[in-house]
Amino acid sequence: MTVQVTSPNFKRNATAALKDAQLQRALAKVEAGFIGRRQQVTSRLPEFEALRDAARDVKDHTLAHLDLYLEAYERRVTELGGKVHWAATAEDARKIVLDICKRRRARTVTKGKSMVAEEIGLNDHLEANKIAPVETDLGEYIIQIRHEAPSHIIAPAIHLNKDQIEADFRRVHEGLPASRNLEEPVALLAEARAVLREKFLAADVGITGANFLIAETGTSVIVTNEGNGDLTQTLPKVHIVLASIEKVVPTLEDVTTMLRVLARSATGQEMSVYTTFSTGPRRPGDLDGPEEYHVVILDNGRSSILGGAFREMLRCVRCGACMNHCPVYGAVGGHAYGWVYPGPMGAVLTPALIGIENAAHLPNASTFCGRCEEVCPVRIPLPKLMRHWREREFERHLSPATVRWGLGFWAAFARRTWLYRPTTRLAIKLLSVLGTGRGRFRWLPLAGGWTRHRDFPVPQGDTFQGLWKREMKGRARLAAEAQAEGTE
Amino acid sequence: MSARDVVLNSIRRSLGVSGGEAPRRTATDERIARHPRGLVPQRGSEPAKKRLKQFTDMVAEAHGTVQELVSPEEVPGAVSAYLRSKNLPMSVRRGSDPRLNEIPWQNEGTLEVTVGPSDGKQLASVSHAFGAVAETGTIVLVSGPENPTTLNFLPEHHLVVVAAKDIAGNYESVWDALRKKGAQWPRTVNWITGPSRSADIEQVHLHGAHGPRSLHVLIVGKA
Repeated sequence: MTVQVTSPNFKRNATAALKDAQLQRALAKVEAGFIGRRQQVTSRLPEFEALRDAARDVKDHTLAHLDLYLEAYERRVTELGGKVHWAATAEDARKIVLDICKRRRARTVTKGKSMVAEEIGLNDHLEANKIAPVETDLGEYIIQIRHEAPSHIIAPAIHLNKDQIEADFRRVHEGLPASRNLEEPVALLAEARAVLREKFLAADVGITGANFLIAETGTSVIVTNEGNGDLTQTLPKVHIVLASIEKVVPTLEDVTTMLRVLARSATGQEMSVYTTFSTGPRRPGDLDGPEEYHVVILDNGRSSILGGAFREMLRCVRCGACMNHCPVYGAVGGHAYGWVYPGPMGAVLTPALIGIENAAHLPNASTFCGRCEEVCPVRIPLPKLMRHWREREFERHLSPATVRWGLGFWAAFARRTWLYRPTTRLAIKLLSVLGTGRGRFRWLPLAGGWTRHRDFPVPQGDTFQGLWKREMKGRARLAAEAQAEGTE
Repeated sequence: MSARDVVLNSIRRSLGVSGGEAPRRTATDERIARHPRGLVPQRGSEPAKKRLKQFTDMVAEAHGTVQELVSPEEVPGAVSAYLRSKNLPMSVRRGSDPRLNEIPWQNEGTLEVTVGPSDGKQLASVSHAFGAVAETGTIVLVSGPENPTTLNFLPEHHLVVVAAKDIAGNYESVWDALRKKGAQWPRTVNWITGPSRSADIEQVHLHGAHGPRSLHVLIVGKA
């Protein structure tokens, strides 16, 4: 729905999310659903890790030659009767889409799932111009009728439970008997299918995203399980593809490499149900397919990212594995992140696209546990990139005074070993004496920020450096003894 | 300056290039012309004998069904039997693919067979696949005047005929076959792996979201 940014309120959003029982019930299913299935399907493919390397290399090669592959892609699209439109900003992209719709006097537009459409706030713009956008991915449809933003990039309605969806369908689907049974998910699906089928057949324009663009053939690729994207692009007279500059790959072989890691990482499927390769409009003699085929290529800040410390982020294929495996996402859900892209990939991409001053909390919403990097199909070093943002946030004086003061104090303290070592040794001794027989503290002076939410473990008698020194001494003694035995 | 120039110039500034460097052009032109294969998993390189079973198993895993037939003459009977088993009216729509035209549909007297694209009113359709991929149980359909795309998505039941000899181990082999086939790259290539599904409601897997709720693959002949 909107591009309204609530990222600056991350802390407030997160607190509210943690207290939302309904949301917590829905989020509990993320782990079972996505993590287990990915594990299953990747563990039976011995080459999976090597495929991740290959996918990373395809993307790195393409990004290093991005200008040339985009030009090659455009040439092929044009040769086959399609049209490529370039959009430097979100506003440009909205205008291009609206102009096409107006020229065709479109009243309704069906939409396949597109994160770029979310990014540019397309639906609001179309509505403001009296064109009705209809989301057709089941999850996107549900959040559209609720006037919400997606909370996950591949499972947009993952924050909802079925009774909420039932209430929405009863509210929005007028003219159906109130007594109908919508208790089971299958009944909800059947109703959505019937309602949306009418919309598909009536739409004037179909808008989809693109998982990939292929330079070799001038092809756009969409990957779906429902088939909604295919109906969106096959039935109306006009098909508009929304894609960002980094979606291009060189060849069919390269896109095949990417597809071998995409579904497995995203939903834990061997391959998604529908992978569709579209090249230009309807050909002479064709009995179906669109008369016009347009591709809008959006930059919106990405070309600048290409030149800086965050280039690796442009490898992202939007599979969602990082958020599925993120303990922070799992606790607060996607809406707390306050813009279009949530989870670890959002924590890196959002500040790059809307400015760190609007999203400074996001790179901090991480425990740096590293699971996101472990599962990323294109090996984006997400924790490293989040750390870069934290450094920039600090450099640009965006962190709160208490944090800056605290960090400054700590740096001064930790750099002076003559002060640091005896002080920490003393503190540890004191804490372990105070905590004897307890194992943990429920409350500590000056550490309320920690102990309000979790216990603090009682230290085990000495600092790490102290323990290490003793360990080394012990090893040296054992080695000396062993040597002595050997020479006897 | 056009938006195109703004975007391309910005990319070039970030990459520190002018766009005119010969080695970069050569690298990209050659990659596109030679389209080298990436890593093909062992699973995608099984011998033809193993491949059929692998394909069948993978289709089943994706919740599709498979039936092996000795010859195209058996297709009408298999289609009728399928419709009966699902309590469907004895009617299908198909494209005018020559391989489907040659099938003796008239042998199955009670089966009504119409030809053309789907407008959403048909319950079952029959398509002929260009090929298939054993690696994941994926069928590959190519659009054209004889193979309307709507047949793959609008009916509730999709029956797909594929020649056993066209079942490849991996996707790359199908790309090669398609490159060999024609002057112009097809408008639409559909990879289909199982029937339409959605897990958008509480992550419960359901079939028949927008596309067909069942996919039945008829493998014809010998590998």
